[in-house]
Amino acid sequence: MSGPRNRMQLDRKGGLKPQINKGTFKRILGYVWREYKKQMLLVTFCIIAGSLASLVATVSLRRLIDNVIVPGLNTGLQGVWHDLTGILITMAAFFAAAIIANLIRGLTMAEVTQGTLMHLRNDMFSKMETLPIKYFDVNQHGEIMSTYTNDTDSVRELVGRCIPSLIESALSIISVFAMMLVYSVWLTLAVVIGLFFIVRLSASVAGKSGKYMAGQQRSLAAEEGFVEEMMEGQRVVKVFCHQDRAKEDFDRLNAQLCSDGTRATRFGNILGPINNNMGNILYVLIALLGTLLVYFNVTNIGLGGMGTISTGIIVSFLSMSKSMTQVIGNLSMQVNMFTMGLAGASRIFTLIDQENEQDRGYVTLVNVEHDSEGNIVESPKQTGEWAFRHPHTADGSVTYTPLRGDIYMEHVDFGYTEEKQVLFDMSLYAKPGQKIAFVGATGAGKTTITNLLNRFYDIADGKIRYDGINITKIKKPDLRRSLGIVLQDVNLFTGTVLENIRYGRLDATDEQCIAAAKLANADSFISRLPEGYNTVLRGNGSSLSQGQRQLISIARAAVANPPVLIMDEATSSIDTRTEAIVQKGMDNLMKGRTVFVIAHRLSTIRNSNAIMVLDHGRIIERGTHEQLLELKGTYWQLYTGAFELS
Amino acid sequence: MIKTLAKSIREYRKDAVLTPLFMVGEVSMECIIPLVMASLIDHMSSENMTDLLRYGAILLCMALFSLFCGIMSGRFAASASAGFAANLRHDIFYRVQDFSFSDVDRFSTSSLITRMTTDVTNVQMSFMMIIRTAVRSPLMLIFSVIMSFRINPGVAVVFLAVVPVLGLGLYLIASHAFPIFKRIFKRYDAMNNSVQENVNGIRVVKSFVREGYETERFEKTSGEVKKDFRFVERILALNGPLMMFCGYGAMLFICYIGARIIISSGATEMTPGQLSSFMTYAIQILMSMMMLSMIVVTCAISFESAKRIVEVLNTQSTLKSPENGISDVKDGSIDFDNVSVRYNGQSGRDALKDIDLHIESGKTIGIIGSTGSSKTTLIQLIPRLYDTTAGTVRVGGKDVREYDLDALRKQISVVLQKNVLFSGTVKDNIRWGREDATDQEIEQVCRIACAHEFITQMPEGYNSKIERGGTNVSGGQKQRLCIARALIAKPRVLILDDSTSAVDTKTDAMIRKGLKEYLPGTTKIIIAQRVASVQDADEIIVMDNGSIAERGSHQSLIALRGIYYEVWESQTHMKEEA
Repeated sequence: MSGPRNRMQLDRKGGLKPQINKGTFKRILGYVWREYKKQMLLVTFCIIAGSLASLVATVSLRRLIDNVIVPGLNTGLQGVWHDLTGILITMAAFFAAAIIANLIRGLTMAEVTQGTLMHLRNDMFSKMETLPIKYFDVNQHGEIMSTYTNDTDSVRELVGRCIPSLIESALSIISVFAMMLVYSVWLTLAVVIGLFFIVRLSASVAGKSGKYMAGQQRSLAAEEGFVEEMMEGQRVVKVFCHQDRAKEDFDRLNAQLCSDGTRATRFGNILGPINNNMGNILYVLIALLGTLLVYFNVTNIGLGGMGTISTGIIVSFLSMSKSMTQVIGNLSMQVNMFTMGLAGASRIFTLIDQENEQDRGYVTLVNVEHDSEGNIVESPKQTGEWAFRHPHTADGSVTYTPLRGDIYMEHVDFGYTEEKQVLFDMSLYAKPGQKIAFVGATGAGKTTITNLLNRFYDIADGKIRYDGINITKIKKPDLRRSLGIVLQDVNLFTGTVLENIRYGRLDATDEQCIAAAKLANADSFISRLPEGYNTVLRGNGSSLSQGQRQLISIARAAVANPPVLIMDEATSSIDTRTEAIVQKGMDNLMKGRTVFVIAHRLSTIRNSNAIMVLDHGRIIERGTHEQLLELKGTYWQLYTGAFELS
Repeated sequence: MIKTLAKSIREYRKDAVLTPLFMVGEVSMECIIPLVMASLIDHMSSENMTDLLRYGAILLCMALFSLFCGIMSGRFAASASAGFAANLRHDIFYRVQDFSFSDVDRFSTSSLITRMTTDVTNVQMSFMMIIRTAVRSPLMLIFSVIMSFRINPGVAVVFLAVVPVLGLGLYLIASHAFPIFKRIFKRYDAMNNSVQENVNGIRVVKSFVREGYETERFEKTSGEVKKDFRFVERILALNGPLMMFCGYGAMLFICYIGARIIISSGATEMTPGQLSSFMTYAIQILMSMMMLSMIVVTCAISFESAKRIVEVLNTQSTLKSPENGISDVKDGSIDFDNVSVRYNGQSGRDALKDIDLHIESGKTIGIIGSTGSSKTTLIQLIPRLYDTTAGTVRVGGKDVREYDLDALRKQISVVLQKNVLFSGTVKDNIRWGREDATDQEIEQVCRIACAHEFITQMPEGYNSKIERGGTNVSGGQKQRLCIARALIAKPRVLILDDSTSAVDTKTDAMIRKGLKEYLPGTTKIIIAQRVASVQDADEIIVMDNGSIAERGSHQSLIALRGIYYEVWESQTHMKEEA
């Protein structure tokens, strides 16, 4: 519940304003309307019923005074008893209706609000899952997260509170206004003039409050940034005795936040008293005016007819003008909430409107078996044998290519942005079962190659073939299913160890998962965990060491059992013993597969079939370990320790 | 708890007191105004305009006074609460700066950040609510009740009947909703957690083609979250009807009784105007009850926050700098006399067991050992980042506990294993080591740390911006900058804790050579995973499981054929083979 810290977007100049896209309000209304037509109609009906009841209360009070009490003073209680009970029963009926309406409204709005949020969240999430990797590389993860938390929170306020109260306010303004006209045009005119000034005043105060609110958000963000940095670097601060400087800097930011915060809350705080007392003043003025009208016996014009103004009319009028100012006051208090909500909705819709990852592939991966004549035929069963099903549009025939793990890259050019190319004319060939290693400095393009193989990004020029098929023709899910990947930054999911391993293949049995763990050399540490394979991992497996997390990710890839494997070794320093265990797990996994290794330690790649030395997006040396050492080039320099790898 | 928090009000005490005072002014006006209005209404029908004008003028004055009080109270409330929050943040931040390493361990970094941000904001909100509304609502309530009793006690009794009904209803709603709230937020956190995992692990999700699976799982969780929140919102939605029931019930009763009294007494005991002010009071009483219940909710939510803040404020640093501590470290000799360290007081296992180690000033010591062998714990005792559980650590012949803490740390530079750079220029970062360092001195240490070359290749050289956390330099570059930062202080003792792991072996050797020449008199302690980084040290210490397993020169340790030999062999194995 981070309500008060609703985020605003920093624009380029460092200015801060809530970004609201055009048509957002309409769209959010449409969203609510699409799913909850009946409910919204019901809520509107309940709101009308509620307003009606409060109106009846005011009218009844007038009738009570004019029709019961005043005549009753002459006739005595008996004379008006019938009228009195009549009015009271009417009131009671309307009140009861209002209470029921309010109850239904509350129960229904809970469904509408939470349901809308659920639909928004689901739409965001399922959209997010289909977005290209690029989106996640370009957008900060914290920003994406806060769309789910802060922005959804502010939309809850918008849907749950602002929208109903907008409806309510609009209805009560209209109905009260109509009532006023029925009673007296003169007095209505006076109220309208008075309200005009109140609205102007509170709009300007609310505007100021919004402006300073933005300032407060800005200095809050600045201070939070500083605090985060200092807390994260707290040990370094202490080692260098930098506490005093840190305190000084902090005090400066804190003072700024304090003064911005004071101003922001001040205007919020005084909005209430202003509205309230302006309402009071208007009340007095209306009373005086009304009495003057009575005094000078001015003919009253109302939609209800002409006549003289009675005290009862003025009394009712006064309370109507009071409720009018209250409505206006409530509305002005919600301006900020409303803006925040729309800004949040804008960001949510921006996410939902992102373009999906494109997939024009038509070659799919299917289970096959051999018929009696030795031909490959498609099988609906799990045969353990796979082939690419390749339909040819030209003659309508279908060919099956057995899955082997043969990778061919020719003349590949690539850049993450059009301006900056990162891979140049890259060609390489990996036969099934071969191990290809990439070495090179940070930014040489090692990781980029793996991003291309599974089509996280698409190449600009050249071709990549998998078992002879251009990978752009293969459906992305099928291509990715045929490629295993072990990344250097291990990501585990909340759940048991077993569930994390099964992530590789959802229909794997427990035995298969445990076998995979054994293959990955992970079994021994897992069985020593408090609950073994059923130990629940949280926070990306934070209870495990770096090496242990890697072992699980190796097991996860093992259970998927793909013919081609991409392994990005970890850069972080783990001690020699653990490293040996992890290495053994990787070696086991690599057996019999085509493997691409991104190496950060040369010790692990000597037995590769080919080593590619990359520099600034080009392969500058290639060959076996022995060949490259003989060359006495970059690889040799790396090997003798003259260059750093990571 | 409240006492601890109240200490942070300080200079805003005046504002904090004036807020409710002005609030009293505003509230009394708000309460009296309906009364005067009633008189005004009653005088409307009379032929005498002067009375009416008099009442009108009084009302106007009252409204203006109420406006004035309201604005003043709003202003003071704003400055008091913002000031209080600023003081709280100030106090937490200062407290944390004085924390020892073990205090920082106890509170995780992220929890300290939450305490300084979200928690303070929550407390600030409740504080403002308390100084404004906690005065306003009860006053309003009492005023309204008293006033209505003054008009007519017989009618006013209805309020006394309503209050307990309303109170009980609110209590029931709150007591049902709160426990559920706690549970719900856990589920809500779990949902957000799964989003976070998907955002961070999107490559894994896509590699294993689990988009559909994840979406399905998410929709299940989000459906549950929706159900939970809907349930709790529905409980809270009972609030409105309850209020209305009480309010309308009271109104009906007042109308009925009021009409009877007015008529039967011939408008002597009560007037029609008074009847309508009764209505106003009924609404006011309801409103203040509602506000009170909101205060309770807000305070309950921020109660947890307040507890977390107080926890920090009440933490006394476990390390205290002695008064009149020694300010000069004589030389770089280091002695460990039977030192043991145990985390978590008595219960935990020994991190260090009975270490006895004496290092002469100016020597170079290498430390090697597997993860968890307490190498880092050992060296962190030297600048007194932690205290020993038993035994003494002496630097320059004096117990580290006798030194002024800042003085000791300024003369012992540590390059931590998990090191960070801060946002600012390269120069700014190096100057952390010594603020008055000249540009020449900075360049000199950067040359020694083999950082000069890549710094000059950066677009703005030494004035290039380092991003927060040093994300725009590579791991090896970061380590070299951190070494330079430690060197600038020209310390008596220099400790490198696995600080060259991402640096290539050749550069590593160059750095070590440079250190020898630049700081000949400084004691140098080097922790490393690579044997090559320590093999030319004067003495090598092999740590295993919290104690010193082997010690001696490279040659003697090789001859020993123990742990050191094993590590050395595994690391040189491949070279020999090649």
